[in-house]
Amino acid sequence: MINWRSTWSIYTRELMRFLRTAFQSVLAPVLTTSLYFIVFGAAIGGRMPDLGGVDYGAFIIPGLLMLTLLGETTSNSSFGIYMPRFTGTIYELLSAPVGVGETLIGFVGAAMTKSLILAAIILLTARLFVDYSIAHPLLAIIYIMLVAAAFSLFGFILGIWADNFEKLGIIPMLFLTPLTFLGGTFYSIDMLPKPWDTIALANPIVYLVSGLRWTFYGSSDVNIWISFGITLAFLAACTGVIAYIFKTGWRLRA
Amino acid sequence: MSTPPQWLPWQSRSAILSPEPILELEGLTKVYPGGLKALDDVDLIIRRGEIFALLGPNGAGKTTLIGAVCGLVRPTSGTMRVFGHDLATEWRKARSRIGLVPQELSTDMFEPVKRAVAYSRGLFGLPPNPERIEEILRSLSLWEKRDERIMALSGGMKRRVLIAKALAHEPDLLFLDEPTAGVDVELRKGMWRIIDEMRDRGVTVILTTHYIEEAEEMADRVGIISGGRILMVDEKDAMMSRLGRTEAHITLAQPLDALPPELCKFPVELEDGGHKLCYRGGDGTGKGKEEVAALTKALIAAGIDYTGIDTRESSLEDIFVTLLGEDGETA
Repeated sequence: MINWRSTWSIYTRELMRFLRTAFQSVLAPVLTTSLYFIVFGAAIGGRMPDLGGVDYGAFIIPGLLMLTLLGETTSNSSFGIYMPRFTGTIYELLSAPVGVGETLIGFVGAAMTKSLILAAIILLTARLFVDYSIAHPLLAIIYIMLVAAAFSLFGFILGIWADNFEKLGIIPMLFLTPLTFLGGTFYSIDMLPKPWDTIALANPIVYLVSGLRWTFYGSSDVNIWISFGITLAFLAACTGVIAYIFKTGWRLRA
Repeated sequence: MSTPPQWLPWQSRSAILSPEPILELEGLTKVYPGGLKALDDVDLIIRRGEIFALLGPNGAGKTTLIGAVCGLVRPTSGTMRVFGHDLATEWRKARSRIGLVPQELSTDMFEPVKRAVAYSRGLFGLPPNPERIEEILRSLSLWEKRDERIMALSGGMKRRVLIAKALAHEPDLLFLDEPTAGVDVELRKGMWRIIDEMRDRGVTVILTTHYIEEAEEMADRVGIISGGRILMVDEKDAMMSRLGRTEAHITLAQPLDALPPELCKFPVELEDGGHKLCYRGGDGTGKGKEEVAALTKALIAAGIDYTGIDTRESSLEDIFVTLLGEDGETA
């Protein structure tokens, strides 16, 4: 049974931590997104043809959103659990009558909330540079929330696995960001020469970017249901890993 | 300001202890992955309302024992019951009544004091209660600092914040892991007052320490742990009574070649070439002092003059050292 008061305490405290650095947390993605739009949208985009009937500046919005979403969600969540482990304050969580439910909903929920706030900010920023509309807004919100949940869980696992700051940063830096860049953020997979268009399908981020792009413009490189399926499978896998971690106490309890 | 604690005679405090066990450990064993046996078949019962001091040298297993009860350490085997709840199956009910003040100053240093304490209360599933938080902060002389970030406080105050956090959910059983480690004498005595106040409120306190004087000053019962094994658990006074000794050195005016028959009934021996008569006896209850008085009368009756008497009661520290020495020999 979930203790909702405990959950709310964890959730609000994590959000407070976010608000303490709100200026940096909000300004950085706004600035980065603006730069991407200036460089790719205005400078290069003006010379690019429409892709699937979508203006290039608008085409890159879902990819840019995914780029920020994956990076911020993973790092927020991983830092959220790693810092208490690093500073020793995790004793309070472990000695409290809270289980995996309260912990996950609290930490992951807060990481999701932060990411959704950032997603909204990025979409508003994009509006300053590009005119776009969202074909399936409800599905877009659901999809963004699913991806945020999945990568919050992934970040949570990362924060428990890491035993130093280097490990904490290595996965997002060496894997997530490159895979997102190569996952069709700035181009359609159809634009790649053979056999790279097939090889690109081995990159799981392709399905995420493609899925979000479908909710925006109604067309994508990959079938939307495959994207949903892969996202849900990733979510389930991460949940399973976390359940195992809590059951065994791996890296949490001595 | 906090209310000064009411100091009662320790003897009477021990007498009012409830025999009801609130913590029962049976066969508790913890072997770390590297093979280190931190706890070795520990059996322990803690009674409601007492202050129990767990004494032991560094690495004895004190923190591991606390960690096992509080959910920080996974025991290898054994059972733990808190307020009748099995910690393996009813851990939520059990943990909701336990508070922990860790040895390290571990808390979010950027957080203001009041918010940190309120968070702890919420984490344990209790509804917000600003009056209760204020009461706790005032009792620990932290109310004036309620809006300050913890990082801005002194070491002693930070430790008090940890105590406030541990008390925020109104626990019935409080673990204090080395509460006075690294603090000066004044702060240490202040901490003793705080612990005493907690006991007056009905909180059962288990504290670990390697300061013998702390256990001697505070505890109703003392447990001595070494190498993961509980060597002895007893009422402090009973332990002193059973293992305590009186030692008296009587400097004689004239050296003796041998003990006169009148003195043979006393546990005495000649030392320093017959210049000193040494008494070692008693049981820590005052019997030793009475025997030394009788001995001096016997000396006078026998016409043996003396120029000085130096007496000393053995402390808990002597008992501790003796026990650990014996344990080292038998290990």
